[in-house]
Amino acid sequence: MSALPTGPRAPELSKTPADAAPPSRSAGPRRRRTGPARPAVLAAQLGLAVLFVAGWEVGSRTGIVDPFFFSSPAAVAGRIGEWLGSGEIAGHLLTTLLEAALALVIGGVLGLGIGFLLARARTLAAVLDPYIKVLNALPRVVLAPIFLLWFGLGIWSKVAFGVTLVFFIVFFNTYQGVREVDRVLVDNARMLGAKESQLIRHVLLPSAMSWIFSSLHTSVGFAIVGAVVGEYLGASEGMGYLIAQAEGTFDTTGVFAGMAVLSVVVVVIDLLVNRVERRLLRWQPARERAHG
Amino acid sequence: MADGEDDSAAVELRGVTMTYHGAEGDYTAVREVDLTVAPGRFVSVVGPTGCGKSTVLNAVAGLREPSAGQVLIGGEPLHGLNRRAGYMFQQDALLPWKTVVQNVAFGLELSGVDKAERLARAHEWVVRVGLAGFENAYPHQLSGGMRKRTAVAQSWIGDPDILLMDEPFGALDVQTRQIMENELLTLWTDSGKTVLFVTHDLEEAVSLSDEVVLLSAGPGSRVVGRYPVDLPRPRDLLDIRTTPRFTELYGAIWADLRNEVMRTYERASHGTAGAGAVQDAG
Repeated sequence: MSALPTGPRAPELSKTPADAAPPSRSAGPRRRRTGPARPAVLAAQLGLAVLFVAGWEVGSRTGIVDPFFFSSPAAVAGRIGEWLGSGEIAGHLLTTLLEAALALVIGGVLGLGIGFLLARARTLAAVLDPYIKVLNALPRVVLAPIFLLWFGLGIWSKVAFGVTLVFFIVFFNTYQGVREVDRVLVDNARMLGAKESQLIRHVLLPSAMSWIFSSLHTSVGFAIVGAVVGEYLGASEGMGYLIAQAEGTFDTTGVFAGMAVLSVVVVVIDLLVNRVERRLLRWQPARERAHG
Repeated sequence: MADGEDDSAAVELRGVTMTYHGAEGDYTAVREVDLTVAPGRFVSVVGPTGCGKSTVLNAVAGLREPSAGQVLIGGEPLHGLNRRAGYMFQQDALLPWKTVVQNVAFGLELSGVDKAERLARAHEWVVRVGLAGFENAYPHQLSGGMRKRTAVAQSWIGDPDILLMDEPFGALDVQTRQIMENELLTLWTDSGKTVLFVTHDLEEAVSLSDEVVLLSAGPGSRVVGRYPVDLPRPRDLLDIRTTPRFTELYGAIWADLRNEVMRTYERASHGTAGAGAVQDAG
């Protein structure tokens, strides 16, 4: 099983912050006049979607693709309609989002705190370095069964799993952000009279924040991945549970419907993250923001 | 308080040697530098590229401790950071996440001045450096010259006795630079502050200073000359460069600076010289 099946960005645990957004978004239309015109791109994008869905539908009706394995857009849409109509989906979705939110907050706070500590305490960082590398290299999915044993079938096993994913992203970005803070900014603040605690508050923390926010997309994606994968392996509610149930009865329509709902939710959350980021990092020039 | 003989010196360097310990061996930036700056004087340090001018400032600021020798501030040996000095860096040192007025008020904020008062005082400074209307702009929205104005206000608002300036206007275009120099001089006149100004631009040094100190080519730079500048004050920098006395002073210092510049150039163009110098230092 592939370790990390979904997520709004290509999942990566690199030490550098992931690109926060495609440049075309933050740069705005004024700066990208050389590229193709926006309406044309939009039309092409819509056309592609229509072509794909229509091809799928036609294929499954004519029997070119086997509806048993691939279902059909109409059936998937019907199933989503049913879910929405009965309100059944709301409980599952809320459970998954709650798990993801808890994982994001807990993993974020831990990553921030420990990242800060290790960036300031060089000796401790040197001692812990190999252990952090080993933990980060560990395919996190293997932890899911043990978390199920430890924390039970409820939400906490999924939260714990999500935390192990989010923690490392925030941790590495904080660590890097604090270590790579501009020397001149620190010297200047010290010359203006900053004590260690003031240095952290006014210089190091904001500097690290820009790194952390630029990886917020990845963190949010991983939190949701953690929740869904955890539910998939053992739960009594949640989107992952819904998909696993459908799969257990060879109900491909249910699997695809679950995937579609998840995708839409993740895209919406991603857009919200964009807005939050733009607000919090408004002191950054647009260009820098786009490149993390 | 101070020893009798040091009473008059705001800043004094006694045999200061600064050695950096690097992976490829030690590098001595300056060797046995002696320098005395009387209170209220404007002194410039000039020298060829890489002669350790900034290193001298860092020693006076207390950001780096000398490997040998002593820094005295007002006659007393300096330990740790120099609390009586303000520092204007060559690079941009404004906090990018603070607005102009917040950056200017930063020093006051650090020393615990309450918000209303520090913002009021910062606002006064913003107006004084000609940035009225830009209080709430972020540094990236400003031009290079405006960022320097903010930096001037940031370092002056705390009213330090000593101002250390490390090529503060080096990155600006010539016109903006002359305007900034003029305004700096206006600000400094009658302020009683001691200024130690580092630059590689001899014109700038002569036109601003009471005294120009010449450092030799690095590594291991020493003080090779001290030149009093007796141009009358107040000076109008836009005109002063064409006066005969200016040309005369400039010519005299340039004759010596030229030698040091040539030596730096020769060392840079003969690749082996650098390596030899490093061994020499270590």
